[in-house]
Amino acid sequence: MNYKRITLLAGHYGSGKTNIAVNMALDLKKQQDNTAIADLDIVNPYFRTLDSKDLFEKEGIRLIVSAYANTNLDIPALPQEMYAIVHDKTIHSIVDVGGDDRGALALGRLSPLIREDDYDMFLVINYYRPLTRDADSVMEVTAEIEEAGKLKFTGIINNSNLGAATTAETVLDSLAYADEIAERTGLPLVCTTVEEKLYDELAGKVENLFPMKLQARPVD
Amino acid sequence: MKGNEAIAEAAIQAGCRHYFGYPITPQTEIAAYMAKRMPKIGGTFLQAESEIAAINMVYGVSSAGKRVMTSSSSPGISLKSEGLSYLAGSDLPALVVNAQRGGPGLGGIQPSQSDYFQATRGGGHGDYHMIVLAPSSVQEMADLTIKGFELADQYRMTAMVLADGTIGQMMEPVSFDFEIKEQIAKPWATTGTKMARKHNVVNSLYLNPEQLEKTNFERYERYEVIKQNETLCEEYLCDDADIIIAAFGIAARVSKNAVNEARANGIKAGLIRPITLWPFPEKVFAKHAEHAKQIISVELSMGQMIEDVRLATSCKVPVTLCCRVGGMIPTPDQVYNAIVEANEKGGK
Repeated sequence: MNYKRITLLAGHYGSGKTNIAVNMALDLKKQQDNTAIADLDIVNPYFRTLDSKDLFEKEGIRLIVSAYANTNLDIPALPQEMYAIVHDKTIHSIVDVGGDDRGALALGRLSPLIREDDYDMFLVINYYRPLTRDADSVMEVTAEIEEAGKLKFTGIINNSNLGAATTAETVLDSLAYADEIAERTGLPLVCTTVEEKLYDELAGKVENLFPMKLQARPVD
Repeated sequence: MKGNEAIAEAAIQAGCRHYFGYPITPQTEIAAYMAKRMPKIGGTFLQAESEIAAINMVYGVSSAGKRVMTSSSSPGISLKSEGLSYLAGSDLPALVVNAQRGGPGLGGIQPSQSDYFQATRGGGHGDYHMIVLAPSSVQEMADLTIKGFELADQYRMTAMVLADGTIGQMMEPVSFDFEIKEQIAKPWATTGTKMARKHNVVNSLYLNPEQLEKTNFERYERYEVIKQNETLCEEYLCDDADIIIAAFGIAARVSKNAVNEARANGIKAGLIRPITLWPFPEKVFAKHAEHAKQIISVELSMGQMIEDVRLATSCKVPVTLCCRVGGMIPTPDQVYNAIVEANEKGGK
């Protein structure tokens, strides 16, 4: 992947933003030494980039996250360090924005600065999420996020998956959906994510595959 | 989808068109889902001014004979408990979801099972029970929601889906390939007399003590029928088991891994997973107490279900507790170690 200085990930809640953010930060680190991952999720306190803290430390990736993430405090607190991603121009960052328009609201504080900067904001879509099963509902969510976050999307990431039950077919069946959304939004389909183990099976069949490691897996 | 979403979608499939609630982590996705979906299908979503208001709106819709639900998490269920008692006293069907979090008090937002007593004993004041269903997968969140509506209507009482933050938040594929039964008639509902029948009265106040006593006895006769016919439970590798784990919900999933690990290492371990917590699968526990050397109750509480396990087994075998609380979840290793220890001691 080619990364701008700031890469924002937004979309419907549960579309898989956090998992992509973690994987992209690892990928970005290979290209840019000064890499940070920022967690601006103010909506859901349950799945956080903080879960991968040890991994980031090992890889030398700076983690910017609310002091209250993964605690019992359920308030929409933003990390004060988040200003670093806009003010320190030497940092390349991946920004995990919270779900839906409510999550994107937190961006509004930074959007005037991000808009002037070298940035991408990717819309993460998952065909298999119940409230974004068709292009119409994705268009609705997209407009709501852009309005709340005061930023325009620049591309789409197809993250269609069924968790541990994902097969190559699962991914292939989502391509028409992703294409339709790309056409209707006029945005490029930046990549289609796939778990590493399915990469070989799909290579050549899907353009711009982005292989990922699943960072969190529930008990069997 | 998420467990919370599975509940919401299943409720819609079951014909529920009325949802009243108030946001609280970790169940807010239910309300969020309903807020998006209900207006599109001619239903009602209302974020009430409080939990107490929400449960009383449930009372109102249920009185009119329509399927209705509310959802909350532990502290919110405490607020709703007065309404739960009134629903019971008025013999009204309703579906209530509790995605439990750590307590007591405000506690924390992480998963817990420490509302077992509250749920299985009714929650509010007076002599009554709710049917308590304990899902341990996202699929069961959907299945048991539909079952909950059916049982609630059939027996004219509240069915509670007692989930926890983990199952509410985690994502798994769900099949909605259900056969939804036709809703039963509710001749008691306050649907308007159209001057053709006597007024129906929905009420929990009985001025005559003899009448109130009679109503209570009748209600408990109905509870006996439910105990006979509606108890649900999964028995896993129990028939020859020396060490049996008792666990429900997310604790049962963790425990199943531990049981498999124990079997792989030559220990005869099994799992009893109550799916209905009330009625409690007493007979299944009594049966296996005849051969098991020890029962370990694995809970996300300081030991609540363990009391029902002891009652059901008449204390014939030692029943011990393996728990994590405060939002923490036992690991399969922790449960496995408890099995190994119990096996070495041989129930002594």
